[in-house]
Amino acid sequence: MYWEQERECMDRDELEQLQLERLESTLSRVQMNVPFYRKKFDELGIDTDTVRSVDDLRRLPFTTKDDLRNNYPYGLFAVPLREVVRIHASSGTTGMSTVVGYTQNDIRKWSNLVARVLTAGGVTRDDVVQIAFGYGLFTGGFGIHYGAERLGASVIPMSSGNTARQIKIMQDFRTTALICTPSYAMLIAETIFDMGISISSLSLKYGLFGAEPWSEKMRKEIEDKLRIRATDNYGLSEVMGPGVAFECLEQNGLHVNEDHFLAEIVHPDTLEPVPSGEEGELVITTLAKEAFPVIRFRTRDRTSFITEPCPCGRSFRKIARVRGRTDDMLIIKGVNVFPSQVEAVLFDIEGTEPHYQIIIDRKGALDHVAVLVEVSEQIFFDEMKKQHALVDLIRNRLSSELGIAVEVNLVEKKTLERAEGKAVRVIDRRKL
Amino acid sequence: MLKIRNLEAGYGSLTVLRRVTMHVSPGEIVTMIGANGAGKTTLLSTLSGLVRARAGEVLFSGRDISGLPPEQRVAAGCSLVPEGRQVFQTMTVRENLLLGASVLRKRGEGSKTGEELDNVYHLFPVLRERQHQLAGTLSGGEQQMLAIGRAQMARPKLIMMDEPSMGLAPLVVKQIFFIVRKLRDEGITILLVEQNARAALGIADRGYVLETGRIIVQGPSEELLANRDVQRAYLGRDLDAER
Repeated sequence: MYWEQERECMDRDELEQLQLERLESTLSRVQMNVPFYRKKFDELGIDTDTVRSVDDLRRLPFTTKDDLRNNYPYGLFAVPLREVVRIHASSGTTGMSTVVGYTQNDIRKWSNLVARVLTAGGVTRDDVVQIAFGYGLFTGGFGIHYGAERLGASVIPMSSGNTARQIKIMQDFRTTALICTPSYAMLIAETIFDMGISISSLSLKYGLFGAEPWSEKMRKEIEDKLRIRATDNYGLSEVMGPGVAFECLEQNGLHVNEDHFLAEIVHPDTLEPVPSGEEGELVITTLAKEAFPVIRFRTRDRTSFITEPCPCGRSFRKIARVRGRTDDMLIIKGVNVFPSQVEAVLFDIEGTEPHYQIIIDRKGALDHVAVLVEVSEQIFFDEMKKQHALVDLIRNRLSSELGIAVEVNLVEKKTLERAEGKAVRVIDRRKL
Repeated sequence: MLKIRNLEAGYGSLTVLRRVTMHVSPGEIVTMIGANGAGKTTLLSTLSGLVRARAGEVLFSGRDISGLPPEQRVAAGCSLVPEGRQVFQTMTVRENLLLGASVLRKRGEGSKTGEELDNVYHLFPVLRERQHQLAGTLSGGEQQMLAIGRAQMARPKLIMMDEPSMGLAPLVVKQIFFIVRKLRDEGITILLVEQNARAALGIADRGYVLETGRIIVQGPSEELLANRDVQRAYLGRDLDAER
């Protein structure tokens, strides 16, 4: 099922022509309308008229989150504020928030792109869609909302939080599709279990989850617990919000909406393109945005291109599911550590729950890492020997995966704080 | 049908088209709008071979035509209806139309001339009525029809029109644009260059906005009609006055 087949399955030659047309006019517009880009191009002696192919884009400088912060709030808008009909701000996962705007045309295009995402994840106009993303400055709630309405589905704008009520609404309104962060989907699943509600009293069929990285194992758990097909989708407010890339029901990688976004993958240190299929940092250029175009925005998200064509028939290139962020990368004892590595290890160990927290301290001059892991209750009733064995197992696996020694503490189920938005996986207490 | 990449053109030391990338798919009406001096006419002159491109690619039905002389482009199926009509005033309507068919004869399809003449008369009954009149005695609207009819005589795949609405009364413009749509319904692809943005976007599927030799925005017509830059600059709406 496609939302816009003529686009999603577009001939690659035609797509490349469209991308070049849109790239060139986007460059003309930012050059004319955004002093930040004009100044930056001038300083580097770049004449945007000399960009003549999609590959020429590599000659242009990157745009970073800092650039957005330095131009807070409206400095990078390409249209006067009176043409802006919506303002969002980034969730501020990593510091001060950044502000983005949308014209009426932007909202229309955005809705359409989200409708593609929903359709690819199995949702149709006949579905009852419960949106448990936060509504507000965060793009998740409203972004999905407008797309689901565009699709013609029945939309329940729940926002996040009040999990018991979410579940009641889910039962009473016969929700068929759930949309939220994967960690919140896990929390909902657990709460359903705790409340003693039978999953067969629910009508859920599909779940579309995004806004944070999640593993295959976690997908499996969510699918089993909620009895749904779960797909991943990707977006970021600096670029638009949800609707940038999405999984189809093949569930192996995310199609980039390439008629609207140019994706590059570069090495985070050298900033050169990585060889095809290798992992690096995703860089995105918008091709059709009016109010807030971005040129070569460094997403800090780590992924790779998938080179095989997708059986679903879409011609849009796929990226692998995001493995983590280049800037949530922790440097512990000089070693690069990604929380997603910890998650991957824990999911492979019997008896652990998919909830964990990494706590980093500095004792004297040395970094110290403790990983708190929730385990199923029965382990605490077992003999000490078994608990020790489990701790040893986790510690050894983590140490060999991460390359550093870690302390492992088992905690009882549900002792770690549950997030209704993005999960808090890392507490860094080091004062550097 | 038509695919243009990074077209650059000008006259002497003057660069008019800096970088034009666009396309027209079969069966589409695509409009290129822009203010005076943006480069619209230069674009059509370059596409029809009257001005030589300095750089860039022009693919017509997959074939690079950028080096071809004008008559070979017409023979390939790419006809121009020039700005200001440019019909031969002292020749009859019929003679003007037959001039347009010279390509058919060269192609060895001369026998189709009569059939094509009938087609044109069918589309423009007024031209049949006036076929023996001198073209110079026709009204502006009729001369425009004659110019379009003449282009049609070559049985083109693509007709490029340069400001067909220029100097015509609103009602006549409506009539001309109605005919443009009819041509498309008959399978002819249209590239329409216009200053009358509202009328052009009213019939086109998609549009491009040309400003100082560059395309600054493109998209489906309804999207361009909703774009405030386009409204202010090309639709003559004073947004501040409307507030």
